[in-house]
Amino acid sequence: MLSIKNLHASVEDKEILKGINLDIKAGEVHAIMGPNGSGKSTLAQVLAGNDAFEVTSGSVTMNDEDLLEKATEERARDGVFLAFQYPVEIPGVSNLQFMRTSVNALRHHRGESEMNAAEFMKLAREVSKQVDLDPAFLKRGVNEGFSGGEKKRNEIMQALMLQPKLAILDETDSGLDIDALKVVSDGVNALRAEDRAILMVTHYQRLLDHIVPDFVHVLAEGKIVKSGGPELALELEERGYAWLGIKEDETAASSAN
Amino acid sequence: MTTANKEVNELIKREYEHGFVTDIEVDTFEPGLNEDVITRLSEIKKEPQFMLEWRLKAYRRWLEMEEPDWAHLGYERIDYNDISYYSAPKRKEDMPQSLDEVDPELLRTYERLGIPLHEHAKLAGVAVDAVFDSVSVATTFKEPLAKAGVIFCSISEAVRDYPELVQKYLGTVVPHTDNFFAGLNAAVFSDGTFVYVPKGVRCPMELSTYFRINAANTGQFERTLIIADEGSYVSYLEGCTAPMRDENQLHAAVVELVALDNAEIKYSTVQNWYPGDENGKGGIYNFVTKRAACIGKNSKVSWTQVETGSAVTWKYPSCILRGEGSVGEFYSVALTHNYQQADTGTKMIHLGKNTTSTIISKGISAGKSSNVYRGLVKFGPRAEGARNFTECDSLLIGDQCGAHTFPYIESLNKSAIVEHEATTSKVSDEQMFLCRQRGIDMERAVSMIVNGFCKDVFRELPMEFAVEAGKLLEVSLEGSVG
Ligand SMILES: Nc1ncnc2c1ncn2[C@@H]1O[C@H](COP(=O)(O)OP(=O)(O)OP(=O)(O)O)[C@@H](O)[C@H]1O
Ligand SMILES: [Mg+2]
Repeated sequence: MLSIKNLHASVEDKEILKGINLDIKAGEVHAIMGPNGSGKSTLAQVLAGNDAFEVTSGSVTMNDEDLLEKATEERARDGVFLAFQYPVEIPGVSNLQFMRTSVNALRHHRGESEMNAAEFMKLAREVSKQVDLDPAFLKRGVNEGFSGGEKKRNEIMQALMLQPKLAILDETDSGLDIDALKVVSDGVNALRAEDRAILMVTHYQRLLDHIVPDFVHVLAEGKIVKSGGPELALELEERGYAWLGIKEDETAASSAN
Repeated sequence: MTTANKEVNELIKREYEHGFVTDIEVDTFEPGLNEDVITRLSEIKKEPQFMLEWRLKAYRRWLEMEEPDWAHLGYERIDYNDISYYSAPKRKEDMPQSLDEVDPELLRTYERLGIPLHEHAKLAGVAVDAVFDSVSVATTFKEPLAKAGVIFCSISEAVRDYPELVQKYLGTVVPHTDNFFAGLNAAVFSDGTFVYVPKGVRCPMELSTYFRINAANTGQFERTLIIADEGSYVSYLEGCTAPMRDENQLHAAVVELVALDNAEIKYSTVQNWYPGDENGKGGIYNFVTKRAACIGKNSKVSWTQVETGSAVTWKYPSCILRGEGSVGEFYSVALTHNYQQADTGTKMIHLGKNTTSTIISKGISAGKSSNVYRGLVKFGPRAEGARNFTECDSLLIGDQCGAHTFPYIESLNKSAIVEHEATTSKVSDEQMFLCRQRGIDMERAVSMIVNGFCKDVFRELPMEFAVEAGKLLEVSLEGSVG
């Protein structure tokens, strides 16, 4: 489904991704781990089309179509979904209105009729229960005043509403308490499907106890330095990154937010 | 400037929809201002003698006044002898006219502006006074309103038909000595709306005035007077548009509201005068004095304004809270883009005991525009227990625009309480990216974010117009995606 070849990307003339190669098939779950500042979020953002990042070389195709030439919103309509590491707030725009606009934009793209307010409300209530968010959150501004954990659950809720083909989850497990981690992992597991690929960035093995990935990759200094099965995550948990020849200190200092 | 911001800037290059000119035969005065012009104006309007004298007194005083320059505005000074002070469509007879007699060309104009004047049309349930340049051309639903005892007519008619009411209240809230533009208006005011709601009457429908500037080189000097007698209620809305022209045109209005004991007036404005082109050429100079006197106990006045048009806006709808327990409210959305300049806000003058006021101001600046909130909250020595809450929020689109807030507070009473909040935010690249990542195009995203920002004000508009106001803010996508 997704094929990344020798992808290089930079931000403000600083090269961050230095030749990423990755193939993800429909139905698979891939986990990406790696030290802070290694480029995990950059990869996620580049795939979603954030033009703050410049792709300098390489290619990305999704279902044999060139992904990189498409605008962000076109990629979204083709089924690319990004759950943000740091979801932003949009004050005054209700979650409900935001999601309905989004769902209808995608439906419109598929040539389906728009969902009316009542139909949408029903669906939204169901899904909000699934991620354990009180339906009252639907009326609040997008992420406005949400706690860290609520924001993450809101991201999963949107993934469930939009039913993407490729779900990229950037540290959706960070900052969650034990119960919320369970809720979020259940949500991700509910997303697992034959025709859907999931790429999740995480720092923690504990997430992978709940969501067993098909592959684990280690990203360091802009390159995938090691790939393996779920056992690789366990090994990283035990031994850290040093044994892979990665200098942890240097990168860890760059961002630990 | 970041990429997204550049794109957003492109986005807000919207087209002005109401820029057409109606081709119609008119009677127009030669440009110029002197006592003869004022006398002729008064004659044409068949005004009683008191009105002419009132005008001339104001004119003589105005000659001694100076145009104010304290506002955060830059514009070429106006040559007041270069303006024509009267322009009106030709017609066979004078007022009153029934709708059937109104020139079809005029009816079509209002139709095009989305204000059908037929009483069975879209805006059924809203009475409209249509002011075209210097005259009111039609007023709808007069009879059913009269049945309820409500007087709803043009101010010109009121001067002739209800001289006692006019004489009693005109100029009591905004005297001709108040300021330069109010003085000019008093001398040359052309038309506007008069409303009187008698004791205990809840006005059975929304009242509105639609102001249209059509003729070139004329000024429009609207004058509106609304009186809500004891225990009455009225909701009034005004809308404004003008053709696209390279020359600036002047609109200098005065609006006076009077609320007696337990009366309530809700006054909403959707101002969409031509703002000028993207290089700042043309557009309306909008110098407006709007003020309400809450003279009665527990009276209430709410000003809600959505200001998106005009090259220059100078406007501070205010409340004088004299009656004990009276309430003043000001809800404002002011959007500026390209080279538009707005210096707008309110004055809440607390004179009576336990008077309260609320100010919610939302300024949106885009392009190279300048957007200023200027507000005064004042507590007199007898304003025991008075309180004010003020919230001023600015939203910046792009990084070439300016937003400023000048809140003044004067308190002569220790028991008065003031709360003030202010924020400045941007339509951020991150917000745009989030929306786009969810499949929402940029045009929709900007409009959604801006509408969200204005929510607290739109909530205050009458239902029918909240949607209109939202659309007005919507910006159109002009070859910018990519
Ligand atoms: N907009 C930007 N401007 C400048 N540098 C940036 C920008 N975005 C990312 N970077 C830099 O790129 C590098 C990779 O950042 P990225 O966010 O992809 O790391 P990450 O692997 O997701 O880290 P973490 O585990 O802390 O989330 C970091 O050094 C970061 O400072
Ligand atoms: Mg990251």
